[in-house]
Formats: sequence, structure tokens, C-alpha cells
Amino acid sequence: MLDISTAYHRYRFLGDEFLTWLWFMLENSQNLFTSVDADCAALEIGNRIVLENRKTKSVERITIKGDDAGLEEGRLALRKGALVSEMALVFKTGEYQWQFNIKGESLNISSLKTPGPTFPQSSEEIDVFLLERYESIMKIINFIENVYKLFIHLHLSPQWEPKQVSSIRKWINAAGV
Amino acid sequence: MGIVSPSMAITRYRVEGKIEGAATETVRRGLIKNAITEIDNEAEDKAVGWTSFQSPYFPNFDGSSFLFGNLFIFSLRIDRKSVSSKLLKKHLSIETADRLAKTKKRFLSKDEKAALTEKVMKDLLVRVPSTPSIYDIVWNYENASLLFFTNLRAANEQLEALFKRSFNVGLIRIFPFTAADSLAGLSDSERDALIGLSSTQFSS
Repeated sequence: MLDISTAYHRYRFLGDEFLTWLWFMLENSQNLFTSVDADCAALEIGNRIVLENRKTKSVERITIKGDDAGLEEGRLALRKGALVSEMALVFKTGEYQWQFNIKGESLNISSLKTPGPTFPQSSEEIDVFLLERYESIMKIINFIENVYKLFIHLHLSPQWEPKQVSSIRKWINAAGV
Repeated sequence: MGIVSPSMAITRYRVEGKIEGAATETVRRGLIKNAITEIDNEAEDKAVGWTSFQSPYFPNFDGSSFLFGNLFIFSLRIDRKSVSSKLLKKHLSIETADRLAKTKKRFLSKDEKAALTEKVMKDLLVRVPSTPSIYDIVWNYENASLLFFTNLRAANEQLEALFKRSFNVGLIRIFPFTAADSLAGLSDSERDALIGLSSTQFSS
């Protein structure tokens, strides 16, 4: 077993590649997300995406923010060798939506907003509230873990370079920027 | 930020190992043994310990107060005191002047200065109230997973150390490598491939 700190830094690229692949899948294969969670009506990029280019001497960081922000600059950054290091996502079912940010290097989740009841006034209702809140959180965590699982199996398969990477390259270069 | 917050930050863990004996009783003992202790009116600058999710300023692990359905829910509390350098400088000047007047010396030796600084710092720490930070924990014992409601590295490190000390089981933080290695159900050959993996060139 590798030392935890070494493993964290040595394989941090996996998280950034996962988010970059996720962006590609968001635009090209939404049915993947339905296959992971049948409730998923759509997975969308939220109001923030951060890209980092570590191939340059100093790390270049591009942040795109705003509800209606165009992602052209992000695609251009990908073309120059950047990867997605952080992104806001919106997971939608027919009725509800979950919003959260995910960081590539740690896969940590932040700014998670779940649907469901607000904190109850009476102490008798707190058990029910906590169990519902936990289920709601776990829906997103399980979803992300299962999508990541697919990504890892794909990444370790012989199909990764010839099929996935070549499709991602075409997608990156197809944008008319 | 915690589980009741409208906007949550979460670090995920896998719990490594099983508790020997009755889990609820062992967890209760670990929580009580390592509960937060108050450092107000004490010459301490930091305290780390468990506290109750519902009453974080009055830790109490009686009965099933930390059990909600099949989940253990409690909190990590980190109390800190800070003394600003300006405050220390002011009180050190006063104490130094007082000491010189009493001893009729012109200067304090290096050792005397160090001892006086330590004494002044301790006196100030007794007078400064601590600031608590509270981070919720949801531990699903059955599936060996744990959610920690913060992404702060220092708090994560405190959690990992205190958890091991309290329950004698370890925590593995979930990040890209550990998520692949321990959650993805890899075969032996895939695990070997994972170890040797290098970054992909997406740009052409």
C-alpha cells in the first residue's frame, strides 16, 4: 500500500482527468448518467468551472463564473493542455435538484444544496429530518462514486486511448473558437 | 457548516477495520473518554474532542443520544485561543518593567526573558476565552463509511488522529487514488495498472 500523502499527490491528475471526461460526457452522453441513476433527468454544469494548466512553468488557472457564462474559453484552455480542476454541477430529477461543487484533486464536495425539508422546530422530528437529509446527501455521493467507478474502469481498459481519448480530442478541437 | 446547514462541505472516509464487541457501547466509551474539555480559565491554547451533535456546548453521550436510525451522529469540536503579538508585547513590557524595578537590574538575561514570556503568555491564555469550531460527523457503521462536514485540512487531520485513538479503527480519506483503489472493485490486474498509471494527454 502506498503512503497516503504520496498517493494523494502522485495520482491527483486522475481527479482532474475525471472532471474533464465528465464535461465531455455531459455534452455527449447524458444517457450514461441515467444508466447510473435512473432518477437523473439531467446533469449540468453549474455556475463555476475552474481549469488548470500544469504543463506551463507556473500553473495557469482559468475560472469561468456566472449563470450564463460561455464555456468557450474553457475549451480553448483544454486545447492548450489544461484540465478541469473544479466544477459546479447541477443534478436534476423530474421534481428536484441538487447543486454542488466538486474538486478534482480531492474529490471533495462543497456548497452542496439538497432538496428536502428545512431543520425542524420540534426535537421529535429531528430523527426523521436527519435520516432524510442523509439519504439526500448519499444520493449525490453514490452517484458521483458510481460515475467515477465507470471512469476508472474505462481509464484502465484498452479502450481508453483509442476510443475515449481520441473522441475527447475531437470534441476539444471541434469547438469553433 | 454541518449536516443541518443549507450549504454543506463534505469529506468522505472509509472506516478500516471493525470494532470489537458491541459497537454502540464501544463508540459511547470512545466518545466519553475523548470528549472535549473546557479550556476557559486554563492556560491552554487548544482543545480537541468529541461533542454531542444536538448540544455541542454541553457534551453528553448518555443513552442513544448519538444514535439516529442506524447512524452514529456526533461532532468534532476544536477550541482555540489566540493571543495577538501586540497584546503579548504590551503585557511583556509591563511585566519586564515591573521585574526590573523589583530586582533593581538594568537588563534581564536571555533565560529570564524566555521564562517571563512564557509566564505572560500563560497568564493571558487564562484570561482569553476560547473560540469553538464544530464539525459534524455521520458514521454509517454497517457500510463502513463516514461523512465529515468540512473540507478544512487541519480539521481532517485532527479527526483522523482522534478517531483512531478513540475507537481503534482507522479512517481512509477518499480522494482520486483511494476511490479507485478501495471503492471501484478493481481486479488484481486493474489494480496493477492503476499503480503504473500516468497522466493522459487530451490536447493534441
